[in-house]
Amino acid sequence: MDLNNIEKILEKYLEAETSIAEEKELRSYFSSSSVAPHLEQYKYLFQYFTNAKNETSSKSVPLKPRKNNYKWLTIAASLVLAIGFYTFNEVKSKNQEKEALQAYFQTKEALQLLSSNFNTGTEKMLYLKEFDNTKNQIFKTNH
Amino acid sequence: MNQTAFLNLVLPFKDKMYRLAKRLLVSNEEAEDATQEILLKLWTNKTKISSYKNVEAFAMTMTKNYCFDRLKSKQAQNLRIVHSNYKDESAQLQKKIEHQDSLDWIDKLMQKLPSQQRMVMQLRDIEQYEFSDIAKVLEMKETAVRVTLSRARKTIREQLIKKHNYGLK
Repeated sequence: MDLNNIEKILEKYLEAETSIAEEKELRSYFSSSSVAPHLEQYKYLFQYFTNAKNETSSKSVPLKPRKNNYKWLTIAASLVLAIGFYTFNEVKSKNQEKEALQAYFQTKEALQLLSSNFNTGTEKMLYLKEFDNTKNQIFKTNH
Repeated sequence: MNQTAFLNLVLPFKDKMYRLAKRLLVSNEEAEDATQEILLKLWTNKTKISSYKNVEAFAMTMTKNYCFDRLKSKQAQNLRIVHSNYKDESAQLQKKIEHQDSLDWIDKLMQKLPSQQRMVMQLRDIEQYEFSDIAKVLEMKETAVRVTLSRARKTIREQLIKKHNYGLK
């Protein structure tokens, strides 16, 4: 390429008036082996630009895992909630059963106490029978 | 939009985002984190993507804003000191080392530029964006982009000439 032309483009380049195409021309000129000695310092600049464009990020983008975690978290949370409810209800019903049983025993005991007191009453009644017997004997002898 | 569609949309400019982030944040790791963070943000807002006119420009603007936020935060001020992008250069020839040296030198020159000039230069000279696109990404006027770019290029050239003539004059 014509050296004159390159110098002109370079002048425009410094004023930021070059188009992308002209900048590409500069790039290809300075990547060639026949760079004019007084322009040599630009060679590295354009080489640097080309190198810099090849730099890439090595880190991948973790899109799925984070989303998945939320999904599993909701499932786990609902599971825990369900189990919690179930066991809570279970314990509650067991407690009710126990209470009912206790009440049953208590009433039973109370009734037993009542009936035994009754029985002491009936024991005294046995004397009445004795009285009856003696009365009968008396009536029999009178016959 | 499913995952593959999203990745197909995003992958062409993912590295551009990374390079812009690196230009601003300097450290590799910081830049990678920034890229990842922004892509995740885009992914979580994926329902809105279809309403964006230019997803790439939008993502680049997000990158720019995110990086500025990082630079402002205190956490980043601590982190920036430790960046060290090590490279194994043991088995290289003298000439290659010299060559690499010059490229590193340019890298340092660019680091010294104000962030606005750095970004414009990154987008134009490295990513070869059109001026109108750069204006969109950086939320500037096109003429302002040109002025900034011209300043950046001239500064770099002056430094290069200084270095080139070092010891000769």
